[in-house]
Amino acid sequence: MSVIVYTENWDGKFKKSSYELVSYAHAIATELGVETIAVSIGQVADDQLNVLANYGATKVLCAINEKFTVLDNAAYASVIARAAKANNASVVVFANNFTGKAVAPRVAVKLEAGMANSVTALPISFDPFVVPKNISNGKANGKQQINSEIKVISLAQNSFGLKENEGTLTIEAYDAELDDSKFSTQLVEKNTVSGKIILTDAELVVSGGRGMKSPDNWGPIEELASILGAGIACSRPVADEGWRPHSEHVGQTGKVIAPNLYIACGISGAIQHLAGVNSSKVMVAINTDPEAPFFEAADYGILGDVKTVLPQLVEAAKKFKAHQ
Amino acid sequence: MKILVCLSNVPDTTTKIKLSGDKSAVDMTGVQWVINPWDELALTRALDLKEKSGGKIEKITVITVGESYTEPTIRKALAVGADDAVRINMMPTDDYEVASNIAAYLKDNPYEIVLSGIESSDYNGSAVGGMLAEFLKVPSVSSVSFLDIEGEEPILKREIPGGTETVKVPVPFVAIVQKGIALDPRIPAMRGIMMARKKPLTVVEPTGESAKSTFIEFGMPQPKAKVKMIDPENAGELITLLHEEAKII
Repeated sequence: MSVIVYTENWDGKFKKSSYELVSYAHAIATELGVETIAVSIGQVADDQLNVLANYGATKVLCAINEKFTVLDNAAYASVIARAAKANNASVVVFANNFTGKAVAPRVAVKLEAGMANSVTALPISFDPFVVPKNISNGKANGKQQINSEIKVISLAQNSFGLKENEGTLTIEAYDAELDDSKFSTQLVEKNTVSGKIILTDAELVVSGGRGMKSPDNWGPIEELASILGAGIACSRPVADEGWRPHSEHVGQTGKVIAPNLYIACGISGAIQHLAGVNSSKVMVAINTDPEAPFFEAADYGILGDVKTVLPQLVEAAKKFKAHQ
Repeated sequence: MKILVCLSNVPDTTTKIKLSGDKSAVDMTGVQWVINPWDELALTRALDLKEKSGGKIEKITVITVGESYTEPTIRKALAVGADDAVRINMMPTDDYEVASNIAAYLKDNPYEIVLSGIESSDYNGSAVGGMLAEFLKVPSVSSVSFLDIEGEEPILKREIPGGTETVKVPVPFVAIVQKGIALDPRIPAMRGIMMARKKPLTVVEPTGESAKSTFIEFGMPQPKAKVKMIDPENAGELITLLHEEAKII
């Protein structure tokens, strides 16, 4: 018996979210009294793989094929489902991120398993198997019971944290026995911005709304973000007006993020916007309108104009960083 | 070429959530039903593609798994331009059941392109599109923000962390779409609403598998502590609080 956890890599490296996921899988495996087995797809160096032991993995299965450089949902799902079957998995854990959303549903069908996505904590009970998750974009929560023999779950990002664990792991090459016909996704072109903080990974996010008045006023947001090491986001009208790229739009129809800190500058806090950010640990609202709904949702509020408030925050952040 | 768009019937985003007395269900009385926002964008793109295809795309069908109360939402999709609709007559319990039943219908009614929104705004499930592709044993592309057809060949862009990838997959396939696929949903005009009444809406009985999971209880989030206001003249105080009190920086 085992808990299988899919540990995604980015150019051969794991991220904090990978370790969070292994920590989570290990906590479930401990409750069930079974082994935590990571599945890694694509080339990852041994020193990276060994780090997974620090979070509770006792074995990592490495599937390598040059075609894995392009995500092919069906091929990836084949590898993970096969590993799950071969190791008699009772639970298969994914991150609720780009790849998890693409692959986990296919794995669930291959394993005839019920699936709960965006789970927010450890199972509430193991028999029956019940997990908590948010519904209606965080306006309510639900307890979902999975009745199939194998359970597939995806963990909401930044919801569990890291739990260190003493141990070692064995690294095994895993032959998924995929022939070329199993791959159907052909990459034509890839456009990535290097050096920029990826919004969905960012632990801190500074975000601007219509209250910023003009695309020319983003200087202080960029400066504050750069000092804090934060990602930059915006509200929907700002993206729709073309003031900022669509990739920065957070909200119901944009990106859903869950950073430790979200600073909303000149964003009123419409329900559609909050739907994308209300899993943030701490939220700050800066707005001139005392009736702005964001003040209801925020932990800290500043009733004032971003024009005068942001430069003060930039100065204070500079001083703070200088003293660290 | 034919395109199928999967529609989920969901409460309007601004709906205030109420729970039933025993917390076993979300109270849906008085709810305003709408097309799930991502599915609506998928439909918009499908209609755009059909209009510019010069007849190559013959038909846009919408499909919903739901009881008869979902029909006004389906009619709205017909009113903005879908050619016909299918309703699988059941109250589905989870994504598995929805996907399995759509797949069962598609076995005898194949489509080249199937579009599904990346998430539903009610139970925040995000698995129907991927599960459907696996049931059908066809390729799937997720987080799709752009879809076009060049000649005979569909071309897609998907949003990856920090950028985009342009990819091709052979038909038939399932595209799971997100923001960017279309900008604004279409608003039905009076003529469209009149025409929608005459468009075919086929009701079929479920032939797929049963659910593998179920919601057993619902709850409301803990009320948040009241916001702590900071003097706008001394805004720098925020940085100190974030460090010392919230311990977040």
